Amino acid sequence: MKSLDPNQIRLQFPILNREVNGKPLIYLDHAASAQKPLAVIEAQREYLSHYHSNVHRGVHALSNQATEAFESARRSVSASINAEFVEEVIWVAGATDGINLIAQSWGRDNIKQGDVVLITEMEHHANIVPWQMLVKACGARLEAVGVTDDGVLDKTDFQNKLKLQPKLVALTHVSNTLGTINDVKFWADEAHAAGSIVLIDGSQAMPHMDVDVQALGCDFYVFSGHKAYGPTGIGVLYGKRQLLEEMSPWRGGGEMIDVVSLKHGTTFAGLPYKFEAGTPHISGAIALGVALNWIQGIGKGAMQDHENTLTAQARRGLGQIEGLRLIGNAPNSSSVVSFVVDDVHPYDIGTLLDSQGIAVRTGHHCTQPLMERFGVVGTVRASFGAYNTLQEVDALVSGTQRAIRMLKG
Amino acid sequence: MNETLEARQVEIVEEFESFEDWMDKYEYVIELGKSLNSMPESAKLDDHLIRGCQSRVWLVAAKNDDGTIRFEADSDAIITKGLVALMVRALNGLTPKAVAEADLWFIAKIGLDTHLSPTRANGLQSMVQQMRHYGLAFQAKG
Repeated sequence: MKSLDPNQIRLQFPILNREVNGKPLIYLDHAASAQKPLAVIEAQREYLSHYHSNVHRGVHALSNQATEAFESARRSVSASINAEFVEEVIWVAGATDGINLIAQSWGRDNIKQGDVVLITEMEHHANIVPWQMLVKACGARLEAVGVTDDGVLDKTDFQNKLKLQPKLVALTHVSNTLGTINDVKFWADEAHAAGSIVLIDGSQAMPHMDVDVQALGCDFYVFSGHKAYGPTGIGVLYGKRQLLEEMSPWRGGGEMIDVVSLKHGTTFAGLPYKFEAGTPHISGAIALGVALNWIQGIGKGAMQDHENTLTAQARRGLGQIEGLRLIGNAPNSSSVVSFVVDDVHPYDIGTLLDSQGIAVRTGHHCTQPLMERFGVVGTVRASFGAYNTLQEVDALVSGTQRAIRMLKG
Repeated sequence: MNETLEARQVEIVEEFESFEDWMDKYEYVIELGKSLNSMPESAKLDDHLIRGCQSRVWLVAAKNDDGTIRFEADSDAIITKGLVALMVRALNGLTPKAVAEADLWFIAKIGLDTHLSPTRANGLQSMVQQMRHYGLAFQAKG
């Protein structure tokens, strides 16, 4: 496997040339959203300047070209997650949208009074709130698997809660706050043995590691495009074909129909269009396909190696700062480092890092139950992508030290 | 336009003019935050809490004998607290009418208005609104 030179990669990211507060931008907020390589920017520009038109409905050349690019992007996604069938790839607005689709379609069809939906304490709000809404509407119950002090799923608790025979187990592949990589293959097998359907939130996994939905054995897998170097407003819902075929459509409208009659009612289109009402985010889908091909060109293995090096250095450097506590110390983790400092508010550290040109995220990261679990109001979170360098990690460590000196001094 | 408020804002802007670097500016804001008296824990009631997404701000207002308003405020984040101190300094002791109509232009002038944008979610924007509301409320009470 060839190794990755971040300085070569940086050349493809125009935004990294800009300054913030008079300092060169150091972008360490990859887990919130990745920056975009030229290939992705160019794909959107090319679409909008040369062949924009609506898909699937034209006889003219532009529509055919747009449709071909749009469907080719779907094939790229399908290949990148190793779906068995292309029509198992549904375009959605993002992971949040995908989870809501599953909740409102599969959930409404299948969750009945007294049923259990099982999530975990480390889920993003996107994988909590749709289930709270669903169980409330259906008279079902939501249970959550606990997290250990290290930020790992509590195995015993998980196995005990599977004994409740949940209809659905929805868990994240990688924690956006802790970086923990969950053994989703193991848990998918266990959950299936308990008779559950399995949904995996892959938002934080897709940009960093190989995802093979067939090998994982999950029933549903969702991710957002913008975290995987693609545009915002586009994402993917993968579902096993048979499940998707059985599911009712969620949103009605154009594109998703077969025949509409005011006299005889409406029949729906087949997969994947049944779930894609209205004009889709065409340029977003096309550019997401390009982003995934771009990732593949670099190689996820090389990316993960590089990001692991950055993360290890950050954990080492930050871990030596007095009064600083890393939140999440899972043995198997991704390129996310979360921390708190005694007697210092994360917002203050984030502000002082920003004034040094360093972009991190502070707060609860849309994981309030996890904050509650660790007894903190929020954390400072640095997260790394392929374009980050060891020098930037060092700047984070020294910038954090400087901020703490100013705040405590 | 209230002359006292204008004079105070000019004064604050002058204080900040000497700082060339952002870090120096924040050093001063931190100092202001540290020197603002903390509210007693017992006063940090939910009724006084201005909920921000990240840092929390507590604000209490009372009327002085001469009819002007007295503010007390606190925050759990020190930079937020420093900014809170500046706003209290600008508006304390003004009439309800002056508070209700206050245009706090100094914040943008010293370049700290990013802290007031809703995306920073630190409760400061809501705090300014709440201070004006107190002005209106005390005006109505006469």
